[in-house]
Amino acid sequence: MAQTVVVGDEHAHGEQGLHEPKSFLTRYIWSQDHKVIAIQYSITAIAVGLIALVLSWLMRMQIGFPSSLAFIDQDRYLQFVTMHGMIMVIYLLTALFLGGFGNYLIPLMIGARDMVFPYVNMLSYWTYLLSVLVLVASFFVPGGPTGAGWTLYPPQAILPGTPGQEWGIILMLVSLVIFVAAFTMGGLNYVTTVLQARTRGMTMMRLPLTVWSIFTSTILGLLAFPALFVSGVMMLLDRVLTTSFFMPTVVSMGQQLDHAGGSPLLFQHLFWFFGHPEVYIVALPAFGVVSDLISTHARKNIFGYRMMVWAILAIGVLSFIVWAHHMYVSGMNPYFGFFFATTTLIIAVPTAIKVYNWVLTLWEGDIHLTVPMLFALAFILTFVAGGMSGLFLGNVVVDVPLSDTYFVVAHFHMVMGVAPVLAVFGGMYHWYPKVTGRLLNDTLGKIHFWVTFLGTYAIYFPMHYLGFVGMPRRYYDLSGISAIPHSAQTLNAFITVVALVVGAAQALFLLNLVWSAFRGKPAGSNPWRATTLEWQTPETPPGHGNWGPRQPIVYRWAYDYSVPGAPEDFLPQNHPPERSGVSGAGADVRHGGH
Amino acid sequence: MAQQDMLGTAEGVALTGEPGGTADGWQGMVTDWSADRQAFREVPWGKAMMWIFLLSDTFIFGCFLTSYMTVRISTTVPWPNPSEVFALTIGGAHIPLILIAIMTFILISSSGTMAMAVNFAYRRDRVRTTTLMLTTAALGASFVGMQAFEWTKLIVDEGVRPWGNPFGAAQFGSTFFMITGFHGGHVTVGVIYLSIVALKVLRGDYERTGNYQIVEIAGLYWHFVDLVWVFIFAFFYLW
Repeated sequence: MAQTVVVGDEHAHGEQGLHEPKSFLTRYIWSQDHKVIAIQYSITAIAVGLIALVLSWLMRMQIGFPSSLAFIDQDRYLQFVTMHGMIMVIYLLTALFLGGFGNYLIPLMIGARDMVFPYVNMLSYWTYLLSVLVLVASFFVPGGPTGAGWTLYPPQAILPGTPGQEWGIILMLVSLVIFVAAFTMGGLNYVTTVLQARTRGMTMMRLPLTVWSIFTSTILGLLAFPALFVSGVMMLLDRVLTTSFFMPTVVSMGQQLDHAGGSPLLFQHLFWFFGHPEVYIVALPAFGVVSDLISTHARKNIFGYRMMVWAILAIGVLSFIVWAHHMYVSGMNPYFGFFFATTTLIIAVPTAIKVYNWVLTLWEGDIHLTVPMLFALAFILTFVAGGMSGLFLGNVVVDVPLSDTYFVVAHFHMVMGVAPVLAVFGGMYHWYPKVTGRLLNDTLGKIHFWVTFLGTYAIYFPMHYLGFVGMPRRYYDLSGISAIPHSAQTLNAFITVVALVVGAAQALFLLNLVWSAFRGKPAGSNPWRATTLEWQTPETPPGHGNWGPRQPIVYRWAYDYSVPGAPEDFLPQNHPPERSGVSGAGADVRHGGH
Repeated sequence: MAQQDMLGTAEGVALTGEPGGTADGWQGMVTDWSADRQAFREVPWGKAMMWIFLLSDTFIFGCFLTSYMTVRISTTVPWPNPSEVFALTIGGAHIPLILIAIMTFILISSSGTMAMAVNFAYRRDRVRTTTLMLTTAALGASFVGMQAFEWTKLIVDEGVRPWGNPFGAAQFGSTFFMITGFHGGHVTVGVIYLSIVALKVLRGDYERTGNYQIVEIAGLYWHFVDLVWVFIFAFFYLW
């Protein structure tokens, strides 16, 4: 057996030496421990997400009850729209899934002691915090934050007349460029850790789907964020040095500007080459988390594990060749639409495979309706509803009339807003006991779940109808537009009321997070009786270095649930075959690496 | 150990992942990827991370160059002739692209000295490694110096600005300064990186472990920067 040990058991920190925290400051503030960095990422992302939540309230107030809040004028409204979108997509969801979940779960789930380069990992968080601070600073500069819409389309994004044209847009672009740097530092770590720092026995095909999905979405990020970086740099130059990358000849306010000859379409191509993979950067981790939650709480092995892995990879590859379906009305060559509609519809195939496999995992399962499971089930329902409307929008002829209406707003909020957020909640209820050692309160959790799930349906489902009647998005005031029936206003008021309630219900969740950290029921090391390695740590919460003296050895895949003859109906991944009886070893042969 | 036979796939895969008794080609790749611990056998973390970073950086330069080509096509004003703009008059002779030819030659040569440095590093010849790395860094620094000269000449003597120039399309200046600036920044970072590693090699920092892979990792970065320059050279100066 000795010859199998390539670099020794302590390979995982053999190259660098594990950095031992010596004081409060290095343990909790300038920490290089992936678990602390994950918590820092999560808290920052949630904090900035709360800003975006409040902004959505204010927007809804204006739409539902026009001019009831005097301080919301047209410019403010557009600024709220922009900042809400940008924060939710990038600074909340991307950071929370990859910086938060990815940082916490990758090393624990693959049996490593930390990320491969903990110092770079720490740097990633502080750079991310800097980008958040620059972003938030734009609320306080003259002219306020940019109101260009989260897509920041030029030429309007940098022209006079768009709110935040003076400073807001500059800070937004600088913040994005910094964010890309932060993400790259973290992302390189996640990918290298998964590829090169797994523990003994942990083959790629034994990775839990959470790791597979975060791994793939990080690769997407490393290849897609460059396009955002480049377009950000170029627009900054357009704005600050009056270059004309994206700026055609423009007459603005009666004057011809200094710009000439640039290509606004180029920005859209760059932006969506980033923007579409970005959808999957936040959706794939949700897929992975939900797969693991469903399997654990239905006490069944995931249906079609290999198919799930290949579906994740196929979605990842396809996500790079569908970007122009966001641009059917942009004036690009109409023949492009045919190609991009085709690829867009093809991407529905691996996605549907995943949904069927989730359902088949539930089939005849021993379903425990715990709070994480409720969120996982809600994710499937919301994601399917949102994905279906994606089939409408992926077709050029259907998309053209629906473009820039509330149908689009409904679609992307369900599919990449609410659905990933539900997976985030499910994941938090699921892994909180590992992070803190205590369970979240069940009653508060169930109230939170039902209000959030039913509420978001009540918010976004009616928006499809608003889109059909032609209600345009990003309009500050719809009164006096005769094409929109009066009933639309009633519906808008209803949506606003629900949105206020759902937003307020999130306070329950925050309260639960804080209260349970001190008063919650002690969870023990494995409250959900889960198989994956993070639940098998010697300490809960896991100590520095995660595994005590010896790293775990993996003998089986991550989904040995309801194993006949197993003492507790499941077999952890590090459970050696000879102690588990015949069925355990059999399970290993059936589902293991081959 | 009795346990070993029971381990099944875990140990079996680890065994076939050993150097020596492995298949080559596609079968070897499949074996590596189905092994535990490492997907790239015997590749240290730093090297894997550098390759992944370079892949990401490739997309950055790819986006820059694609954008350059797009604006070059989209602009309505004629594009300046690079042979004219980048010509130097030396001793009365008007030579097109002479400076850029020298710069390219220097940068490509520096890849050669870098490759030699990697070779000597693995032989643990510290003095030669350091010398060659510092030579590489010096060649890189002279590249950046000549780029500074080129920029100065364009800006001061010929009035080229990011937002306009006397020769034609404004995008000529914008893309030129942006892309060569971004590449020059990469070279500058590389010069600093190489110098630090070279001094650490000389000081014997890697003697304790005898692990000189850091030189190869730095070399990867350097070769990448050179390779990118070949594309910039072809697309910007020769088109």
